[in-house]
Amino acid sequence: MSMAAEERSVRAPWALTAPALMLFVGVLLIPLVMTVMLSFHDWGQYKGIEPVFILKNWHEIATDPYYAEMFWRTFRIAILTTVLTALLGAPEAYILNRMSGRWKSFFLLVILGPLLISVVARTLGWALLFGGNNGLVNKLLMSLGVMRSPIPFMFTETGMVIALAHVMMPFMVLSVWAALQRLDPQIENAAMSLGAGPVTIIRRIIMPQIMPGVLSGAIIVFSLSASAFATPAIIGGRRLKVAATLAYDEFLNTLNWPLGAAVATLLLVALVLIVVGSNALIERRYAEVFR
Amino acid sequence: MAYLELDRVAKQFGTQTVVDDFSLSVGKGEFISFLGPSGCGKTTTLQMIAGFLDPTRGAIRLEGKDLTAIHPAKRGLGIVFQSYALFPHMTAAENVAFGLEMRNVPRNERAERVRSALAMVGLAGYEDRHPRRMSGGQQQRVALARALVIKPSVLLLDEPLSNLDAKLREEMQIELRQIQRTVGTTTILVTHDQNEAMSLSDRIVVMSQGKIEQIGTPQETYEKPASAFVSQFLGKTNDFAGTIDRTATPAQLVAGSWSAPAPVGLSGPVTVSIRPERIGFGDAGLSAKIITRIFQGNHWLFQCDSECGPAIVIRQNDGKAQPGEGETVRLIWRPEDMSVRARTVA
Ligand SMILES: Nc1ncnc2c1ncn2[C@@H]1O[C@H](COP(=O)(O)OP(=O)(O)OP(=O)(O)O)[C@@H](O)[C@H]1O
Ligand SMILES: [Mg+2]
Repeated sequence: MSMAAEERSVRAPWALTAPALMLFVGVLLIPLVMTVMLSFHDWGQYKGIEPVFILKNWHEIATDPYYAEMFWRTFRIAILTTVLTALLGAPEAYILNRMSGRWKSFFLLVILGPLLISVVARTLGWALLFGGNNGLVNKLLMSLGVMRSPIPFMFTETGMVIALAHVMMPFMVLSVWAALQRLDPQIENAAMSLGAGPVTIIRRIIMPQIMPGVLSGAIIVFSLSASAFATPAIIGGRRLKVAATLAYDEFLNTLNWPLGAAVATLLLVALVLIVVGSNALIERRYAEVFR
Repeated sequence: MAYLELDRVAKQFGTQTVVDDFSLSVGKGEFISFLGPSGCGKTTTLQMIAGFLDPTRGAIRLEGKDLTAIHPAKRGLGIVFQSYALFPHMTAAENVAFGLEMRNVPRNERAERVRSALAMVGLAGYEDRHPRRMSGGQQQRVALARALVIKPSVLLLDEPLSNLDAKLREEMQIELRQIQRTVGTTTILVTHDQNEAMSLSDRIVVMSQGKIEQIGTPQETYEKPASAFVSQFLGKTNDFAGTIDRTATPAQLVAGSWSAPAPVGLSGPVTVSIRPERIGFGDAGLSAKIITRIFQGNHWLFQCDSECGPAIVIRQNDGKAQPGEGETVRLIWRPEDMSVRARTVA
């Protein structure tokens, strides 16, 4: 190969990826770097943002127990949501997979359909059903005399977990569904012919094989739940804050951008560490199933 | 008494009859092949024996007991699937041990039986490998060991060798036959490969469109095919249009310029079938021109254009000179080498 051709073949991939690379740098990397830098700036009620380098915001987050509690709540909600979607979504995908042709496509549509509807609309639905004294379900139950006060749903962690689980369910079902597609269609018959009953088949044969799917679904659901904004904003409002809603408030209500940036940066770093770490763990653990 | 018996078994999916009037009795220790083209119902029949499908009609009995009343998990049959269906998250040894675990075989005995089963299929030392890290042939052996270790009453094999390349397939055929002989398990093999069926089985069940065409030893089905389908499906065959002339004395069977005394029974238009290797070149007989001559090592293959249509002739390479391309020859065969069937004239 001539020198010129070699040079061209080295440069070609860069030239070809340049547009996408520029978009990536422009809309993701630059704002990200700016946010991180912002988190080290100073802010005062009257002086606004001062472009200096101080650790004030980080110090505040590290020492004020309010932030520790808020972050702990964020991850607690995300973990509970993940567990709930896994517990409901994995069996759901399995049952769906066993259905015959027409029903399968119908129910798949039912499960994936919500993805087409805005998260806000779906969460507002929960609010309409359970929101205070005027929520439909609450009204019904109270008028029937089943309960005297509304079900505690709005502004509670339980409510947030339930609404988030509902929003995140399609991701879990899809992920497990993909893992189920990779199963040998005769694998259950093989286990049965060796004398295994239905429970043993699910526990010893199906579960271990779809576990990677459940776990990758869990990573998706966890990271989306921990950084979710719309659902916590509607269910939790300003009373029950999570990291995303807090950062939003700092940016748009308090106008303390540097503090908001610090919260957002911390959330991002924590999420990246958790996701990368658990991904590496899963891949090591399930090496033979992934191959 | 028959060991495994299928009595007029039929299977319908909706209105489509996939297996019909399937009757077969298998002796203990026998090696049976289901042979037929794709979609003829071989797998369906095997799955009914295994219990994964229920027959629409008919009975399946094992040692006189109704098998269809027993849950598939309790039938104690060994099955090797076309895709092997190994458990990918378990090692070879764990795969083989699974059936024993389900039978609550004590740990020590289990380990011993797993070890000897893997050794029997030539996989000693592969105990801790996962299936995905094994070759197709090795996976196939694990699947066989897994099915055999539970000492099944019947071994069912659904095209177990079809994913292997030609050389490995031949090796595995020989090995499979040897293992079956030593273990003595009654075996049913599903295949659409006639060579496989012939080299392995005691008897072949030739199937077409859900019906049995013929049951017989490999030799019987090859040399005395019960129908045109069987003779076409098992090896190459030449079909010549002929007529039986009963007005002549003695009655004559005539095909082009070839003629012989007519067999009893038939008259009018007939089809004369002769295997390519039973045709020779002579002085009088069916006139044909050699189109191509192909040398295949131990034999010669001639494609000819005869008075009664295309003909294939196979001659052993015995060192003698053979006619060349373009030459005109006369095709002859012994009357006992042909089979004659009535032919319906359109
Ligand atoms: N679950 C089913 N529902 C409807 N039709 C089916 C079903 N299973 C099989 N069939 C039909 O039954 C016929 C026989 O199928 P089967 O799998 O027994 O064929 P086979 O002889 O094993 O073919 P192959 O050599 O391709 O494996 C086919 O025409 C197939 O379309
Ligand atoms: Mg089949």
